[in-house]
Amino acid sequence: MEVNFQFDWLAAFESIPHLLPGIPWTLLISFGGLAIGFFIGIFFGLLRISPLRWLRWPAIFYVEVFRGTPILVQVLFIFYGLPQILGGPINALVAGIAAIAVNSGAYISEIVRGSVQSIERGQGEASLSLGLSRTQAFRYVIWPQAFRRMIPPLGNQAIISIKDTSLFSVIGVGELVRQGQIYIATTFTALEVYFMVALMYLAITWTLSIVLRQLELRGLAGQ
Amino acid sequence: MNNTTQPIVRMQQLNKHFGSLHVLKHIDMQITPGEVVVVIGASGSGKSTLIRCINGLEEFQSGFLEVDSNELRPYGKSSEALQTIRTEVGMVFQQFNLFPHLSVIDNITLAPMKVRGWSRTDAVEAAKRLLERVGIADQADKYPSHLSGGQQQRVALARALAMEPRLMLFDEPTSALDPEMIGEVLDAMRELAKEGMTMVIVTHEMGFAREVADRVVFIHQGEITEEGPPEKLFDTPQHERTQSFLARVLKH
Ligand SMILES: Nc1ncnc2c1ncn2[C@@H]1O[C@H](COP(=O)(O)OP(=O)(O)O)[C@@H](O)[C@H]1O
Ligand SMILES: [Mg+2]
Repeated sequence: MEVNFQFDWLAAFESIPHLLPGIPWTLLISFGGLAIGFFIGIFFGLLRISPLRWLRWPAIFYVEVFRGTPILVQVLFIFYGLPQILGGPINALVAGIAAIAVNSGAYISEIVRGSVQSIERGQGEASLSLGLSRTQAFRYVIWPQAFRRMIPPLGNQAIISIKDTSLFSVIGVGELVRQGQIYIATTFTALEVYFMVALMYLAITWTLSIVLRQLELRGLAGQ
Repeated sequence: MNNTTQPIVRMQQLNKHFGSLHVLKHIDMQITPGEVVVVIGASGSGKSTLIRCINGLEEFQSGFLEVDSNELRPYGKSSEALQTIRTEVGMVFQQFNLFPHLSVIDNITLAPMKVRGWSRTDAVEAAKRLLERVGIADQADKYPSHLSGGQQQRVALARALAMEPRLMLFDEPTSALDPEMIGEVLDAMRELAKEGMTMVIVTHEMGFAREVADRVVFIHQGEITEEGPPEKLFDTPQHERTQSFLARVLKH
């Protein structure tokens, strides 16, 4: 079969102003969702390492449910399913943010748990031996160290969540992919437009990677 | 001040299990204020567990334990006494356990500020005096990872002393150090002993033990086999187990 196509650089270039409005939506959904997901993650991550079994159990359940189901199904459930329970429609933006929040929250709680548990036993013992309470030991000694170790995996999760928002075109929220689809419907330049959409995701995720690398280089993240 | 003749640690018939492992067996032990007690014994004999019971890092299952008139009950059921004891008992660990995210000065001031409620100014001033005392006044603003092992252990000592403890516990404080750094840590401990600090020291440094100890306790498989003044225990050990242990460690 003969391959016969031409990449239309002009069409690609011309699509840019039509795609750009998607970027704030993509950023808003991903970072809005991640910010909430971070608190969900801290909450369930800490429950997960509680000495009390009846506190651990809901955390395990939460993680299993939201890590074990596809985020596409989660957002469809929230946007189309929940209104049947709530008795009114849910804004697509809210649904998107909620889906990122509950989904990233499950992964982040595992990140929180792992980082806290990775702090050497001796740190807590030294704190207690100095007379600090368990809460003080956690707040001043364990958490600050655990938080540094969380930054690289949190960055990784942020990149995953940013890419996950592309699925939310299905609920009609005007993020990058959705803007591309709308534009293609009038120009039929799928190749060029999706190429540009991909570049825009790369620009976002790359920027984030660079910021994270800087944090690690300055010793604010990692060990 | 308490009556100085009253023991600061009273341990009677203390038993400790890790699951089915009977780690401490019917331990009786008293420590008088100002006394320096060195605990020796083979690896796994229960030395660490014994001193970690004193500040409640390990809970025990039966027996009586009182530290400075605060009773610690079996299964850790005495959190208030525990808190009091920990503010009065300092500990130095084999692995230093300095807080890597805090500078040397912040390592030392953390507990006095958060537990004792000292102002930052007071805590820093006290910390600087302590650093001078352990001979590393010039390292105050560094982070632990930038110090040698010997310096780190001296910071750990200063950190514990900052709480103005009435009793200091040492769990093999020089075992993780390169040989050339052992001396500087032992010197700091020797100074402390001279100043009259009550100390319980787990160590394999027999020369040091002989020099600073008022009393040496030999522990074997969770039991105190023999104890006495260093000359007596090192030169004329009564028990065969003590003899064979000493024969093994003194050879090196
Ligand atoms: N957290 C623990 N869980 C189970 N067993 C332990 C634990 N800590 C120590 N042990 C066991 O208790 C015994 C005494 O240990 P330890 O007090 O550390 O001895 P030492 O300090 O004399 O080397 C050893 O057999 C050790 O394996
Ligand atoms: Mg030990």
